Amino acid sequence: MIERHPWLFWPDSVALSILVLGILVMLFLYAARKPMHGVIHSVCNLVTQSTRYISRWLFLSSENLRLRNQAVLLAHSQESAASMIDREFERVGNTIRKDMQEFPVLQRKLMEEVTRIEEDYRRCGEVPPPPPEWVGALESVSQLKSGGDIPRKLLEDINKSIQKIHDKTVAEYRRSYEERHKILKGMQPVWRSVDKLMVEMDQKMLTLHSNAKQIDDDMTKFAGMRAKDSKTEHALTVSAFVQLAISSLVMVIAMGGAFINYKLIALPMSEMVGASDYITNNLRTSDVAALVIILMEASMGLFLLESLRITQLFPKIASMDDRMRRRLMLASLIFLVILAGIESSLALMRDMLIADKASLMRDLASAAPAVSEGWITNIPMAGQMIMGFVLPFALAFVAIPLESVVHSLRTVIGVLLVQTMRGTGFVLRFTGVVFRRFAKVIELIYDILIVIPLMVERWVVALRGNSSAKGQAQSMSAS
Amino acid sequence: MKRFLLIWIMLFGAFFVSACGDSRVHSQAVYMLVDTSGSYAREMNKATKIINYLLATLNPGDSLAVAKVETRSFTEKDIVAKVTFDKRPSQATQQKRAFKTKIEEFSKVIKGSAYTDIIGGLIQGAEYLNETKAGIKTIVIFSDMQEELGKGTVRDFPIKLDGIRIVALNVTKLGTDNADPRIYLDRLARWEARVRKAGATEWVVVNDLENNMESILNTR
Repeated sequence: MIERHPWLFWPDSVALSILVLGILVMLFLYAARKPMHGVIHSVCNLVTQSTRYISRWLFLSSENLRLRNQAVLLAHSQESAASMIDREFERVGNTIRKDMQEFPVLQRKLMEEVTRIEEDYRRCGEVPPPPPEWVGALESVSQLKSGGDIPRKLLEDINKSIQKIHDKTVAEYRRSYEERHKILKGMQPVWRSVDKLMVEMDQKMLTLHSNAKQIDDDMTKFAGMRAKDSKTEHALTVSAFVQLAISSLVMVIAMGGAFINYKLIALPMSEMVGASDYITNNLRTSDVAALVIILMEASMGLFLLESLRITQLFPKIASMDDRMRRRLMLASLIFLVILAGIESSLALMRDMLIADKASLMRDLASAAPAVSEGWITNIPMAGQMIMGFVLPFALAFVAIPLESVVHSLRTVIGVLLVQTMRGTGFVLRFTGVVFRRFAKVIELIYDILIVIPLMVERWVVALRGNSSAKGQAQSMSAS
Repeated sequence: MKRFLLIWIMLFGAFFVSACGDSRVHSQAVYMLVDTSGSYAREMNKATKIINYLLATLNPGDSLAVAKVETRSFTEKDIVAKVTFDKRPSQATQQKRAFKTKIEEFSKVIKGSAYTDIIGGLIQGAEYLNETKAGIKTIVIFSDMQEELGKGTVRDFPIKLDGIRIVALNVTKLGTDNADPRIYLDRLARWEARVRKAGATEWVVVNDLENNMESILNTR
């Protein structure tokens, strides 16, 4: 089949037709050169201006958003830091109050021990041996000039006395030393007691010292927040990211627990609300009821932790008076226990339903009934019941990571939004710059397409210029 | 505090009231026709297996009826057992046990009929299924699909099977089918054309009862 091309002037000579068409197009493009250049410049200018305007708006908005994020982040962090400092001061106050109460007793005990040590010290003072009175007598005897029996006898008597006195003195000296050793031995427990008291005091001082250091650190952070310095802001932002990651991980674990919980009660819930009721095409009422039970457990846990002031997601609960708050706490706990009890019984029912169905299946298959293995077969049932009772309480603690996620998510989303806006602004600015340059490039490409008419134009202009120059030269020479 | 409790109680109530949606749209109803004519009555063991499979597969809220194909089958008297299972699984299990017992009793006292009125059974089945208002309606025909009508039995008029699936089970080949398979193929083609003309949504033939049981029911 012959293909017909209506745009061919001479269908038999395609090349000639294309050539003529090309020349016509070239001529048209040459004629439209100026307006086309104008269009190219206008469009590129429009794009450049628009992108510049949008990018400037994005940068301004991102800056506003950053400031807003900073204000929220610092306000929240200041609140947290203030509560932490409060808590530290409370701890220090408690420690000091407790220690100050004990201090007089401790001091009295220490003073008593010191007095005892002093007394023992005095008693331990070394008593010098009595001065040897016989030394003087010996000197007198040695000064006698004449010998004889009298001095010899005298000396012998003195020797005996000295010997006697010496023995007595040595015995006395030994006894005295023995007594002093006994006193020193008795001082040992007193020293130990003093040492123990001193260690005790030292430990208390150490606790106080660490508390004071913690307060110092917190105060430094707090001062940084007050000063709105970028280092603190950066640290807080990073901390928010870390918090979000950790909390999300805990939440995922908790969701795993909730899923197990759901599986545990979904089947027996059909016994309560009917197995064939559907809310939507694929959503069973029993499944939704099980989900609602789990969500209610989580909400009760949330209220319990709120009323215990562990979390602070609801300012209304935090600002309640203590009596009301205690009532709310009690109500939440009772609801939680009831729900846990319901879940436990549902877990038991689940086991019974499964056993009943298995028995029916055996009957339908005409198989022999399963042999009971005594208490071992009851272990899964007991496990399910325990899980059914414990999981709601475990689920209650989801409130803590949830609060963390709520607080840190705002910061993280804010930061991501600011970065996205800045990125988009940069891309738009870059696009604007590219389009500004691109106008020239398109213009040149357009001129390439009509290069032959342009060359002709340049040739004609040059020819005219030459002829006019010649004319001028001739007129100049004539004049 | 009282107001807080009241709100919770109201929320609970609202949830449970709103939760009770229309369950019939999601339920299944199965009407099984068991051919008891002539030599096919000996296939009752297989039919019992099919019924047991249906009992094991159907859920609370679903309906099941088993009827025999007799000389004239357009009558409630031919329904051997019928039940709509309770919404509670434990009660449904009890009902399934009772149903099984009824079928076992029926299979012991089964008597072969002289003629085979499948169309009458189909009309009766359609009537039953439409009354259940189930979302998925299936008529299971356990037969060789060889219809033989007694004298005075009129069945050559258009029937209505709108929105009903028809499943032919264990369509055994007769002696004449073996001699000329075209008779068997023509028979199945005629039945398909007739039920489709009557408005049936699906026509399924299942002969491999060991491996193709799941084709009997439409899975939700």
